[in-house]
Amino acid sequence: MEELLEILEDLHPEIDFETTENLITDGILDSLDIVTLVSEISENFDIAVSAKYITPANFNSAQAIYEMIETIQAEG
Amino acid sequence: MLFTSYSFIGFVLLLALVYYLAPGRHQWKLLLLGSLLFYAFSGPWNLLYILTTSLTVWGGALAVEKNYADKKARLKELKKADLPPDQKKAKTAAFKKKQAADLKRIMVLTIVFNLLILAVVKYTNFLISNINGVLGEGRQLSLLSIALPMGISFYTLQAIGYLVDVHREVIPAEKNYFKFLLFISFFPLVIQGPICRFGEVTEGRLFAENRFSWKNVSFGLERILWGFFKKLVIADRISAAVNTVIGDTSTYRGAYILFLMLMYTIELYADFTGGIDITIGVAEMLGITLPENFKRPYFSQSLKEYWRRWHISMCEWFRNYLFYPVSTSKPIRELTKFSKARLGKDLGRRIPVYVSSFVVWFATGVWHGASWNFIVWGLLNWAVLMISEELEPLYAGFHKRFPGASGPAYSVFCMIRTFLLVCFMNLFDCYAKIGEIISLLGSVFTVHNYGAFFSGGVMELGMSGTDYVVTGLGILVLLAVSIYEERKGSVREMIAERPYIVRTLVWTGLFVTVLLIGAYGAGYDASQFIYNRF
Amino acid sequence: MKKRSGIIIRTVITLAVIITGLALLQRLLMPKYVDGIVEGAFVKEYYQEEKDHDVLFIGDCEVYENFSPKVLWEKYGINSYIRGSAEQYIFQSYYLLEDALRYETPKVVVFNIQSLQFNEAQSEAYNRMSIEGMRWSPSKVGCILASMKEDEHFIEYVFPILRYHSRWKELKSTDFEYMFKTKPVTFNGYYMRVDARPAENVPKGKTLGDYSFGENAWKYLDKIRDLCAKKGIDLLLIKAPSLYPYWYDEWNEQCEEYARENGLNYINFLGITEEVGLDYNTDTYDGGLHMNLSGAEKLADYLGAYLQKEYGLEDRRSDAHLSEVWKEKAAAYDAEIERQKELYGIE
Repeated sequence: MEELLEILEDLHPEIDFETTENLITDGILDSLDIVTLVSEISENFDIAVSAKYITPANFNSAQAIYEMIETIQAEG
Repeated sequence: MLFTSYSFIGFVLLLALVYYLAPGRHQWKLLLLGSLLFYAFSGPWNLLYILTTSLTVWGGALAVEKNYADKKARLKELKKADLPPDQKKAKTAAFKKKQAADLKRIMVLTIVFNLLILAVVKYTNFLISNINGVLGEGRQLSLLSIALPMGISFYTLQAIGYLVDVHREVIPAEKNYFKFLLFISFFPLVIQGPICRFGEVTEGRLFAENRFSWKNVSFGLERILWGFFKKLVIADRISAAVNTVIGDTSTYRGAYILFLMLMYTIELYADFTGGIDITIGVAEMLGITLPENFKRPYFSQSLKEYWRRWHISMCEWFRNYLFYPVSTSKPIRELTKFSKARLGKDLGRRIPVYVSSFVVWFATGVWHGASWNFIVWGLLNWAVLMISEELEPLYAGFHKRFPGASGPAYSVFCMIRTFLLVCFMNLFDCYAKIGEIISLLGSVFTVHNYGAFFSGGVMELGMSGTDYVVTGLGILVLLAVSIYEERKGSVREMIAERPYIVRTLVWTGLFVTVLLIGAYGAGYDASQFIYNRF
Repeated sequence: MKKRSGIIIRTVITLAVIITGLALLQRLLMPKYVDGIVEGAFVKEYYQEEKDHDVLFIGDCEVYENFSPKVLWEKYGINSYIRGSAEQYIFQSYYLLEDALRYETPKVVVFNIQSLQFNEAQSEAYNRMSIEGMRWSPSKVGCILASMKEDEHFIEYVFPILRYHSRWKELKSTDFEYMFKTKPVTFNGYYMRVDARPAENVPKGKTLGDYSFGENAWKYLDKIRDLCAKKGIDLLLIKAPSLYPYWYDEWNEQCEEYARENGLNYINFLGITEEVGLDYNTDTYDGGLHMNLSGAEKLADYLGAYLQKEYGLEDRRSDAHLSEVWKEKAAAYDAEIERQKELYGIE
């Protein structure tokens, strides 16, 4: 989680990701951010995030993103 | 059948009548029958295309689902099987690999096959004329005469989106072919979208039993009427002047090009959103909710925002089914690693994003039309978006230093700037030849016919003084409604809360306005939907 | 309960108001044909007549400008009416006849065969002028269906407001004045002109590739003939002596043959101008296309004698009621002559 928050803050330093929800619905993260984020996550967590996982629900909060990472890791 | 034809109005009213008289469980079948009739009206042979696409994609999706089910069952079996652990692991891995390969084959075959159909009917002639350009005089290939089946660009994307959704397990595959066929051919959608997702229309009650409700019917009719207003009172009136200017590139240069950019941008909006209003209104009348396709895009403060508010369903399609898959694909992942290592972290991680966007905007351009001007248009959008992305820190710095420069005046400035940018890029929609567009753009600065334009030239384009006044008033009404909806919400809901007499006066007034002032009938040629041959 | 009936009453009243409003708007927007081009008013005018005619003319300008029913009455006691309209196509002639036969059965129908040359409608505007004045009946429906060009719509005949909606830009005071009334513009279908312009240099017809009339045109001539035969009406075919549009010999031969084969009479007035006493210097107002008053009276005189001789039409001048009606008509007719003489500055 710490690692993820670091990545997020690197992307948007002005946002407090620990408390903010609705990252997608409020338009804080746009598609370009998401793609950057996905590539960072893939690298740092050593997983392949396929397009299948890119849904508003999976990216709406730091917590949701983290849960998604765990799911992908579990699937192996 | 044009939306603005008597036959369409008659068709919709008749269908609505039968629809509400029919028992609920048969309602969707009636819609399918009506949709096929509507489609056959554009040429019975066109049905072959839409039947082929719907059959292959429907079958493909079922195969995908079967693949998943088999996988689950077999993996369970393997887990229970009485085998040594290492053998078990090896078998499982081999099986997983085979299933994945099968799945990939199904997806690739289905998608490529349907894209090929689209490519052949839509792009063969584009390809041939480019080859001819290379071959030069004397060795020319002849162009094919294939009529573009109605709505093929729209329903092909819609079908592929469905297949991918099944693949991603967002939705289960539809077992009933006829329901799927209705999803692909639903008549209000088939001409010009919006490009819907299967989950959306299911939730929107396309297959549900819809009992007659006065609210649905009256709201639907109101929305249709509003669409007619935009199309007939504004768009089709402007189109006379727009077509005159586009039709003669040697006469209409300089001032006319500025005039064209502005007028075409208004026409495009009124025509396209008017059409979508009719689409959504017809569905609403039948108790079906379709997703919105526009959110007052001309109030956007940046191009990025514009593309979240204009033709939303298309943008989402390209984002979901092209941008994300491309940007998460293996080559791009490798590119990321490579560029990060070579160009540093910051720039390195942006490069892949730019490359993926390039692919998407190129595809968007190609999808809009089989000619270079659309491709250039797509890439221009890409360039502007990427440049403003790069300039973002600069803007942020500017606002930090001048916190005053962010009030309403600044917002209006940004809106106007974005609108003008859109006007400029729309010029690539008007002419097919890039060289011509550049020369016409140059003429804005070199041809000094501004005096002649305002002292009479503007009156000779097929619009009379009355036409300009009427169009101007129409645009004002449109603007007022848009501002209200931007700030407060639905105008229809607001009117619905007024006293009966007010409601009646408003809607009757709109009806009489369209009836009298609409540019339809003899003397006018209700121009085709600008989007309908894409 | 109360609420529900309230809603129903409210809806009924609203609909009534809206429909009435639209009907008024439609009346306002439709062309009135009371000044300038009056040809569009002819077809409707027929319904105001007492329908007791001995002779009915059908056809285009070559009947409604070329024969004066007043002369037929005053000299021969023949009560006639011209159901003519501008560029009336042969299928329209058929349906206008069918329509008239719902009200009366004349003894003779005179049809001017120049419209045989048109196999289908040529102009939407002329369709409008010939059809719109008709009262609703199966004949009108048939007439519309037979006349519509490709880009026309039946519904625009049912609700002409759809066709004329853009006329709000050019409304004149007459549009308001004649919303509920009409002004007679013909004399038993005869459109009068008293001025004269001699026929000079009438162009000869261009050589045509094919002189045979179209299948559809023949079909409707057969239908006219059958309809008359069924009702026991004698059908007389004529070609008025208009010099232009050019009347080809090849066309004339086909008409003669048709008349012979079907036992009908056919008069080609172009061949008997001397017997009629026509003078193209004084008897036409537009250089030979149409007759003026003088020409129309001469032609009516000749035709009256012919009708009496060939079909034994009785002289009805002793009919007190008819005489009374015609006396009034003659007065209006004479007044119009005076008015036009003044207008054109003729002695």
